[in-house]
Amino acid sequence: MKKKKIIVLKDVWKIYRMGDIQVEALRGLNLEVEENEFLAIMGPSGSGKSTAVNMVGCLDIPTKGEIFLDGKNIAHLEESELAQIRGRKIGFIFQQFNLIGTLTALENITLPMMFQGIPKAEREKKAKALLEMVGLGDRITHKPTELSGGQQQRVAIARALSVDPDVILADEPTGNLDSKTGLMVMDFLKKLHRDEKKTIVMVTHDQRIAKQAERIEYLHDGRIVKSFDSDSFHEVEDYHDNMKKAVKKK
Amino acid sequence: MIQEHFKLAVKNIRQRKLRSWLTMIGIFIGIAAIVSLISMGEGLRVAITSQFGFLSTDVLTIQAGGVQMGPPGTGVINPLTVDDTEKIGKVAGVKASISRIVRSADSEFNGRRNMAYVVSIPDGDNRREVERIANIEIDKGRLLKDGDTYSVVLGAKYGTDDIFGKPVSVGQNIVINDAKFNVVGIAKEKGSFIMDNAVVMNDETMRELFDDDEKVDIIAVVVRNVNEMDDVQERIEKLLRKERNVDKGEEDFSVESAKKALETLNDTLFAVQLFVYIIAGISLLVGGIGIMNTMYTAVLERTKEIGIMKAIGAKNFDIFVLFFIESGYLGSVGGAIGVTFGALFSLFLSFIGNAALGSGLIRAYFPWWLIPGALLFSFSVGSIAGIIPAIGAAKLKPVDALRYTK
Repeated sequence: MKKKKIIVLKDVWKIYRMGDIQVEALRGLNLEVEENEFLAIMGPSGSGKSTAVNMVGCLDIPTKGEIFLDGKNIAHLEESELAQIRGRKIGFIFQQFNLIGTLTALENITLPMMFQGIPKAEREKKAKALLEMVGLGDRITHKPTELSGGQQQRVAIARALSVDPDVILADEPTGNLDSKTGLMVMDFLKKLHRDEKKTIVMVTHDQRIAKQAERIEYLHDGRIVKSFDSDSFHEVEDYHDNMKKAVKKK
Repeated sequence: MIQEHFKLAVKNIRQRKLRSWLTMIGIFIGIAAIVSLISMGEGLRVAITSQFGFLSTDVLTIQAGGVQMGPPGTGVINPLTVDDTEKIGKVAGVKASISRIVRSADSEFNGRRNMAYVVSIPDGDNRREVERIANIEIDKGRLLKDGDTYSVVLGAKYGTDDIFGKPVSVGQNIVINDAKFNVVGIAKEKGSFIMDNAVVMNDETMRELFDDDEKVDIIAVVVRNVNEMDDVQERIEKLLRKERNVDKGEEDFSVESAKKALETLNDTLFAVQLFVYIIAGISLLVGGIGIMNTMYTAVLERTKEIGIMKAIGAKNFDIFVLFFIESGYLGSVGGAIGVTFGALFSLFLSFIGNAALGSGLIRAYFPWWLIPGALLFSFSVGSIAGIIPAIGAAKLKPVDALRYTK
């Protein structure tokens, strides 16, 4: 049975204007992600990875092109509609964890559910279960500053899962973690993909992390330049090194 | 839902205790000033107005020495006399011309002394007129009648513990300026400071007590027709100028209708109050700007947080509400503290006024609208100040907000 395409980007352009200069962050990006797929987007810095993932996550709209999320074109929606889609369908995991400092671990996890109007008792029950799942059941009342980086990212993962989204978007999820903690976080993501059947799109510049995914799309100058599947993962390292050198020469 | 936003907003305020307090002080001072100034101003107005209450509209009041706020007859060089009263009685349009003596005296009862405000009441037909125009009604005992010597009717306050620590009853004796008086009646409460504290005695007794046959402190003139008030006033003024040998514009006496005096006084009080409101308004405006400044800082400081909240599904409205509640809360709490302090301050002032100065004019009066009005107002100031920053916060683009670094 052919799998449903949950994310489709068709000829997506994003052009920023910085004073007089136009910056083309995305230049005709085409990308398809199937349901329950674990995709890594790689590329040197400035290649447009984060811009691409922000588009998918409804955080930004393209200058040109179409983006379909679960069959719905989101390229031209208003902010209020985008916010609703974000709240229900997308779970974000950021490099800097982005937990809210004034709130406890539990409150951070309940916040997305609050914006969805889920009743308090239900929210707290679910948030506790999620904290248990990420192994932080004993850190309920801890504030982010009282948690280690790895713990914070696990709280962020629990938060991303709280509204039971279809898609998890992870932007350099291990970028601020040491390699051991990073691998632990990756194990969580893989588990979510395997057991919870989540679609995961992860942005990284680290090829070791990227190889944890099922497929790698390599982005350069705002478009996909090469795709790797598990059979060709061994080529990623050389390709990436060459690309980095090319970018530096420029 | 809004309840949740509220909790979140309050959490944010608590997080920034010092700044929140400092911001609230701005509102607090303004509201405290408004509440105390208005309550004192209203108290003064009520106190003064009620003292005019015993004067009917068909009465002209004549005093020597111009208009003054102190007890009538004090410090007057050329006092009015019984003779003046009689002459005024003959002026066309005058129904009755009544001499009244108004003095302060030393009273004693239950081993305690008090400064009493003693007024005279004349014999005959004029007795009815004074009872009418001064609105004297009896609560216990009876009114004075012709021929009552060394008898008094006391104001309603004497029937309470307020003056001598225990109520004076009908039939008991009270000492005034070392003379013994029999209490024949206690008047009904009128809400007027003067009336409720007054000691009323017959004219004859009062002249004996103060050893004074001639002087008159106030001449109360009842006119036949209220419409002729101005004409009668002119005639009396003309007569008195001639009698006292003064030119027009240099009168050492005043002829006033109670209504007009009250209007003049109210105009003055209004001007004072307006001034006070403007000053308090300015301080509130400054408080509001303080809130706005704090909210702008809060938005800037929490730009990233706004981005995070948007990323996890907060709508523009959610963000707006969060910041709006925060500023409204700063305004309301600042206002509530201000109301409390303002009210306590004016109660304290009126306590000082009563206890130390013995003045009934310094007292706090809280009109029903003052406290809810002040709270509503402070909430409005806070919310209005927060609207623009809150809109700014709500409109932030999620990507830009997320990328924001301090």
